[in-house]
Amino acid sequence: MCDHCGCSTEGHEHVHEHTHEHPHEHETSRTVRIEQDILARNNRQAEWNRGWLASRRLVALNLVGSPGSGKTTVLERTLKELDGQMNAAVIEGDQATDRDAARIRATGRPVVQIATGTGCHLDARMVKGALEKLDPQPDGLVFVENVGNLVCPALFDLGEQAKVLIASVTEGEDKPAKYPHMFAAVQVVLLNKIDLLPHVSFEMDAFLGFLRQVNPRVRVIAVSGATGAGMLEWYECIRASIH
Amino acid sequence: MHELAVTREIVDVAAEKAEGARVRRVVIEIGRLTPVAPDCVRFYFEICAAGTAVEGAELEIREIAGNARCRACEASLELAGPVEGCGCGSFDLEILAGRELRLMELEVY
Repeated sequence: MCDHCGCSTEGHEHVHEHTHEHPHEHETSRTVRIEQDILARNNRQAEWNRGWLASRRLVALNLVGSPGSGKTTVLERTLKELDGQMNAAVIEGDQATDRDAARIRATGRPVVQIATGTGCHLDARMVKGALEKLDPQPDGLVFVENVGNLVCPALFDLGEQAKVLIASVTEGEDKPAKYPHMFAAVQVVLLNKIDLLPHVSFEMDAFLGFLRQVNPRVRVIAVSGATGAGMLEWYECIRASIH
Repeated sequence: MHELAVTREIVDVAAEKAEGARVRRVVIEIGRLTPVAPDCVRFYFEICAAGTAVEGAELEIREIAGNARCRACEASLELAGPVEGCGCGSFDLEILAGRELRLMELEVY
């Protein structure tokens, strides 16, 4: 095929009238080798956060999950039931409102709300600002509740010790297969709303099968933020992460 | 949608590394196991580059194949996506390649 006009005849003339001048010497360009992670700035900030937390003997847990999976409800119960046993402070992330911060404040724990506006995830810079504002007491926990989203938060290190995914039986058993990156990025899955199991169609074995395919080593704890079922195992998991 | 944040980062870092020069071409690597959609990055790139030293630059995306070692049977395997297991039935894999998200080089003038 002719490279100029795409016709099937090879080797014919292409007359090109020059009615204007166009210089052909190209401006000199040079190649700059970079070879760095595109999220290097976020990762550096996350490392800074990790050091800041470690210097205060604080452990941060990044709570991720769909909107409505029960992240805030699980957190409220955790804060109430661990009252007097460990220091805990909270960073709440949502696109808008401080409704979650108000719920946490009602438990008596310190909280800072981040409103991301149009942002679909928290990043390490936002968390740095929130940590400095929160000024949490040394020796304890900082829970960071991420924006409800099973996609975007997977990519952004905040400086946490572990990511904990709160999934719920009402979402269906195939979510690990549909959102593999998020389920692969976490160390713990809290399967929430197990009090609703008699009322919804949810195949536990299928859920665990899908989950093991994307994250064979993840720890799974079945809980109900509403009734408190299974929460003791979650608290043991939190204690183990601190020590 | 996080691709918007990723693309802004590409443009910001490219503009910074260009040190006052203009950027003609940006080369990045995206692994097939990285949760970033190359088409979304291409779509956002021109928008993010507008008004910066990167405006008008060409974006070259090199997609990197997934590669893993099976922890159960030691086999080496290629991965097209994140939900793939070894032929032996195990999903316990050590990922060796495919999680890249890197700015590789710039052509500046």
